[in-house]
Amino acid sequence: MIPVLLIVIPLVSGLVGFLIRNEKTARSWSLFAAVVTLFVSLSGLILHKEDAFLSADVAWLPAMGSRFSVALDGMGQVLCLLTAISFPIIFIATWRTPYKNARNFYALMLLSQAGLMGVFLAMDALLFYFFWELALIPVYFLCSIWGGEKRIAASFKFFVYTFLGSIVMLVGILWLYSHTPDHSFSLKSFYALRDKVTGHDQLWLFWLFFIAFAIKMPIFPLHTWQPDAYEQSPTATTMVLSAVMVKMGLLGLLRWLAPVLPLGTWAWGDTVSMFCIIGMIYASLVAMQQDDLKRLVAYSSIAHMGLMCLAVFATTQLGMQGVMIQLFNHGINILGLWIVVELIERQFHTRKMSELGGLAQKAPVLAILLVVVALANVALPLTNAFIGEFLMFSGVYASAVTRYNVVFTVTAGISIILSAVYTLNMIQKVFFGNTNTLTEKAKDLYPNEKFVLIVIVVLIVLIGVYPKPVLDLTKETVDTLLTKMATATK
Amino acid sequence: MNAIIISAVWGIVMMFSGIFTRNKTSIRYLAIAGLIVLFLANILDLQGHHFFPVHTANMLFFDTFGLLANAILFGATLLYFLLSARDIENVGVKPTDPESVKAGVNTAEYFALIFFVLCGASLVTTFNTLLMLFLGIEIISIPLYILTGSDKRNLKSNEAALKYFLMGSFSTGLMLLGIAFLYGASSQGSFFIDEVAAGRAAISPLFIVGLLLLLVSMAFKVSAAPFHFWTPDVYDGAPAVFTSFMATIVKAAVFIGFIRLFGESFGPTQVKWQLFVAIITAATLFIGNLTAVFQQSVKRMLAYSSIAQAGFMLFAILSLGEIAKQGILLYAAAYSVATIGIFAVLIKMKDHSLEGFNGLAKHHPVLAFTSTIFLLSLAGIPLTGGFFAKYYMLLSVVQTHQFLWLVIFGVICAAVSVYYYFRVIQAMYFKEGEPQTLEIPAGFNGLLILLAIIIILLGIFPQWLLNQLSDIIYL
Repeated sequence: MIPVLLIVIPLVSGLVGFLIRNEKTARSWSLFAAVVTLFVSLSGLILHKEDAFLSADVAWLPAMGSRFSVALDGMGQVLCLLTAISFPIIFIATWRTPYKNARNFYALMLLSQAGLMGVFLAMDALLFYFFWELALIPVYFLCSIWGGEKRIAASFKFFVYTFLGSIVMLVGILWLYSHTPDHSFSLKSFYALRDKVTGHDQLWLFWLFFIAFAIKMPIFPLHTWQPDAYEQSPTATTMVLSAVMVKMGLLGLLRWLAPVLPLGTWAWGDTVSMFCIIGMIYASLVAMQQDDLKRLVAYSSIAHMGLMCLAVFATTQLGMQGVMIQLFNHGINILGLWIVVELIERQFHTRKMSELGGLAQKAPVLAILLVVVALANVALPLTNAFIGEFLMFSGVYASAVTRYNVVFTVTAGISIILSAVYTLNMIQKVFFGNTNTLTEKAKDLYPNEKFVLIVIVVLIVLIGVYPKPVLDLTKETVDTLLTKMATATK
Repeated sequence: MNAIIISAVWGIVMMFSGIFTRNKTSIRYLAIAGLIVLFLANILDLQGHHFFPVHTANMLFFDTFGLLANAILFGATLLYFLLSARDIENVGVKPTDPESVKAGVNTAEYFALIFFVLCGASLVTTFNTLLMLFLGIEIISIPLYILTGSDKRNLKSNEAALKYFLMGSFSTGLMLLGIAFLYGASSQGSFFIDEVAAGRAAISPLFIVGLLLLLVSMAFKVSAAPFHFWTPDVYDGAPAVFTSFMATIVKAAVFIGFIRLFGESFGPTQVKWQLFVAIITAATLFIGNLTAVFQQSVKRMLAYSSIAQAGFMLFAILSLGEIAKQGILLYAAAYSVATIGIFAVLIKMKDHSLEGFNGLAKHHPVLAFTSTIFLLSLAGIPLTGGFFAKYYMLLSVVQTHQFLWLVIFGVICAAVSVYYYFRVIQAMYFKEGEPQTLEIPAGFNGLLILLAIIIILLGIFPQWLLNQLSDIIYL
């Protein structure tokens, strides 16, 4: 019931959005739809715990063994909630940004939300693949039509990368499907396969899936689409890309790869972890060199996602819990950063840090709120990211599946220090120091912007102080996941 | 049998209709009516109402697969007529040149030739002996040579026709030779496709040579590499309306014949020739996709893309299962509808190059939107029929548990294909320009939307097409 609504509301409201003539109405309509989705998502969290309420299963393509099967598990709850929160925040934060053909813009945004919800909810491999691609198409158009100067090339690179990854994954899905005894795409049948697929097959099947997920996250060296796409997209789309869409890769890893091919995951763990580590250090170093705010945040995101992927391959209870909570935290924190970037860009028409400075004097509220978000990005205690990253570090350190746990922990730790360097450097350059001719006339926040940033800051502190509800929510997912991975390795 | 006789008779009727009336509109309606009759008669045939109880001595075999294929072919042709019949009238006519206006009034003959092609196609989909296959292929080919050269005052069209004729007759010769070899190799001397395969305990060289010759000539007809060289020139040189017909309905029909022939006659000896087909497939995918990337003319790009699409359809020949047979029907439908649609839009454009599409979305949103759906379908993006078509092809090969390298190679090529299909979308939506179009007749937009809806329905419920048709059978 709830999962179907989560997909249908944005889908239908998006399609209706194309028909609305008035641009202001279109904007209000999409905000309304996004808020309704948020309430549905919250009600799924609070009201019921019955399965029938949290899942739906209808015949779709009976002859092919594929069903329209969607369900909310712990991880799904977290990700759907993140998606549901993100869109109202994005709409409110960019309320004043003018878009030409705004109705198409908002409609496409809602369609991408529907696609994302579908990816997080699908319990059928073919359905999963369907939504995986569908989330991509609206974003491609959003970026290509409303993006920056080099938008066409950047969004096309993004599209081809993702499409290549996903179609290779399709081969993997088909291979597994053709080996299921009951010829079914359901997640259950795939899980039942894991003892039947030999270790040898798992070794290469792993990459068919992992490449798709690694491109999405993105993991070094498949990350090259990401800074360009983030930079060139309109900021509202960048928010969707970085806060929600990258989570598709992790979800795929956690739901469709690690439990289905545990031997492959285990065997390639060190290799992948190495790529994660290299990516983290590399991205942090590049981030330090950036002058463009968008590129800085983009590279910082690569580093954070690398840590999450590393923690997944450590296969420990703590680490997985950390990943689960960080799925949500990373989305919230990066939204905060993008909102600030968007504010600065709209006011000064530049994103170059070297051209800014002294904003704190002119916009004190903005400065305070940004500092909190930035500290969360550095994972300072009492912020939400601290909980997540602490758990992940403990998990990686305690990992029993790799011999290099100490090396991984230490190197990853260095990247966190580097993240403090570039984040604080950014704050210093943009907000402190002397004002210049450009920032002299800076205005502080409008009420709508203040509202969303305060929501984000409250969430950051709240989860930082009391993370238990999120941890409880995902505990079951983590436990089943680890059992599935453990039983096959024995 | 209904389809074969009605299409032949209607072809003759069309031919002589030119004597009684010079009115283009009535000729067009006559053709469309004929196609509707043909389509319905074929459906009735599926239900078991045979109008013409002809004793074919088992040389034709009307199974559900063949008749379903006919239904798809006729359905696609109907859509093609509705969209592009007006453009058939204008072939070879330049409004500025009064002589060409006078000479261009061959409409009735063009329609007649198309009906003859359909007659050949329905032979190819239901043949049971190699002779009938040969007849069908020839009946398809000869009208096509004429249609290719129908733009008589255009040198490119003439060149294309001659090239097509020379190459085509050469491959027909090879096919005939192959059939002769197979006849000699069969134990009792028979043309029946199941007897060709019977008693294949020891495979004689005669049999292998015959098989390869047939493979080559069929590969030529479906423009598989390395026998594809005629395709770009012919598709580019022929009037765009007829390219659309050749690239879709004709190609699909030959593929149906291809899979029928190889499934029935050479299924038991699959291991012997599978590698050949795999190599041909890989080469076709590679050459088709790679060359399409570099094209500046949309028409030529579509010619190469049709080679690339043929590469995907060859997956069905490679695997030869139930899934492959279902898949090829779905592929034929999805690919034909999308290609007919995109060609219909292309014909309306004055400039066939990529720049000609710049800014189309602003000036003709419906054309641009529907073309986007057609292109997405050709690229195989989910929610379009093209996705399930590709899905079936990939699945059929994956299920053989062999040739996984080919599958991976195929999907990489599919990713490459995104490049050239999306270039058109980029031109239409993201670039500025003043696209010049011909006059767009009333109802054209509506038909394009209908095509787009068909594609999306195929993309959500691919079973819909097959079930719908099989429901009719069991009414």
